[in-house]
Amino acid sequence: MEKEELLKVDGLSISFRQYTRGLRQRELPVINDLSLTVRAGEMTAVVGASGSGKSLLAHGILGILPYNASVSGRIYYEGRELDAPLRRHIVGTEVALVPQSVSCLDPLMQVGEQVRNGKKSPSARERCRSLLNRYGLGKEVESQYPFELSGGMARRVLISTALMETPKLVIADEPTPGLHLAAAKRVLGHFREIADQGAGVLLITHDLELALEVADRIAVFYAGTTVEEMPAEHFQKEGLLLHPYSQALYRAMPEHGFQALPGVQPYVTERGPGCVFAARCPHGKEECGKTEIPVKETAGGWVKCLRKELP
Amino acid sequence: MKEKQIQKFLMGILRVALLIFGVSAAAFFLLAISPIDPLQSNVGQGALGAMSQEQVEKLKAYWGADTPMIQRFFTWAWDFVRGDMGVSLLYRRKVSEILWEKAAGSLGMMALAWLLSGGMGFFLGSLAGAKQGKWQDRLITGYSLLMASTPAFFLALLLLMIFSVWLKILPVGFSVPVGVEASQVSFADRAVHAILPAAALSLTGISNIALHTREKMIEVMESDYVLFARARGEDTRRIIRRHCLRNIALPAMTLQFASVSEIFGGSVLVEQVFSYPGLGQAAVNAGLGSDVPLLLGITVVTAVLVFGGNALANLLYGMIDPRIKRGDGI
Repeated sequence: MEKEELLKVDGLSISFRQYTRGLRQRELPVINDLSLTVRAGEMTAVVGASGSGKSLLAHGILGILPYNASVSGRIYYEGRELDAPLRRHIVGTEVALVPQSVSCLDPLMQVGEQVRNGKKSPSARERCRSLLNRYGLGKEVESQYPFELSGGMARRVLISTALMETPKLVIADEPTPGLHLAAAKRVLGHFREIADQGAGVLLITHDLELALEVADRIAVFYAGTTVEEMPAEHFQKEGLLLHPYSQALYRAMPEHGFQALPGVQPYVTERGPGCVFAARCPHGKEECGKTEIPVKETAGGWVKCLRKELP
Repeated sequence: MKEKQIQKFLMGILRVALLIFGVSAAAFFLLAISPIDPLQSNVGQGALGAMSQEQVEKLKAYWGADTPMIQRFFTWAWDFVRGDMGVSLLYRRKVSEILWEKAAGSLGMMALAWLLSGGMGFFLGSLAGAKQGKWQDRLITGYSLLMASTPAFFLALLLLMIFSVWLKILPVGFSVPVGVEASQVSFADRAVHAILPAAALSLTGISNIALHTREKMIEVMESDYVLFARARGEDTRRIIRRHCLRNIALPAMTLQFASVSEIFGGSVLVEQVFSYPGLGQAAVNAGLGSDVPLLLGITVVTAVLVFGGNALANLLYGMIDPRIKRGDGI
């Protein structure tokens, strides 16, 4: 049975207005025509290279992009279009962000107060304590300041901040860098637990291997867009992967040959109107780089590719 | 831990001692090599001209004008250490007495200016930073840049013209009303006389604190933790109250205590313009009149106050900022 669609991002584009020389402006399209879905009780992982604009996706959903960003495309939350009034209503309560680093905590505020987000009621204190306790953080952590936390503790504190309000959707922005493997797995395990308890989790990460261990669905992110979305199990067999970039990712995994694809991702200004992967694609035809690529529904997901031999 | 604190304290004392020594020595030798002839400026050109060469020599010997500089300095220093600050040549009274009197006159005014510039600067700076690029920011930044480039004495003259000469609502000068017996002078009288000098001092002082606070505010507003606060649904007002003020207060405080020296520097000129009989004016008179004991006395007092301001900032910083407070214990 299909679970309820909690978040649906449909053709999201985010671009920045930038001054080049003098008063000349240009639009820098960082995210272009990105789509994905997150269902309640499931974890969708957006997997792509570091520094390719994945974090902006989270900021775009939460409506906290800088003033010079412009956004187009549609985002649906529980079937309703996510506009400013709805955002005000749900951001921070039903939708929570778990940010990347300890620098997201106020350096001069005690951890407990930050987790409670200013709430002072006994029930809030109780909830804060049980959350920190759940992640193995003692009572003394509440009165500590962020500079006193280790990297792993900070991650767990950040997760606690997100769960304070019992959110329906948790967006985790690169929660693992800087952690050793065991700690990273533990942190991802926490997110899996959140999903198992009924919330939707959007995991933004560069680590495909770790994502495959915990996520239900994978959205493959390349050069500012998602090229394919599929159930995580499809990554067990190369044949189930449809987009050439997904296949390249598969072959780049240590247990599948460790083959690196030659070339680099195109910079935002070098992207043409067609497929972003055209220049590196082994099956690439001339039209790939020129025409817009339609979304093709597949078993359990979708793909953006022109190849004829797709099922 | 305890030993460390004592050590720190002793180091502080040593530092003050070295500072006083350095500052007084510098002031002494600068004055000694200045072209102002102490005899001439104290006896007066006419009187000196009327004296015979013999009398002049006698006077020189009496004042010890021929003793070597170094010896003169150490004579002064030794007396100073024993608590004797000497006798002022201009006022013919003990330097310590004059210092008390002058300080009582101008420290209140300076404190008022200091508090005003700090408070206003902090308020305007955080407002400008929070409204970066908006009209409030432009106005405040414009004002601050204008004021930062205006000398305090010029502003003092301007204020004098507007409020005392044209509008006639505030006194032209002095710290008490003219022609009133000292015992009859009320606190209100003193306060009214302190308004213009304090305003001249603080109006220029505001800009420094405002511009720095604005920079810090912008930095904080662009920080990860403010972005995260937005992601948690906090609105701008709450973010400013909960996160920004806390984080900009510390640098602003350091700046505020460091600005003690600027207030002193400014007071020298401003007191001159308003004929305000305080430390600043006494310093000018002492310098121009070659009144070495008085000038050295003022220099030392000022140096100690400025040092005290900075030391207090350090101390408070350590007490307020958890990163320093707890970091110290490790």
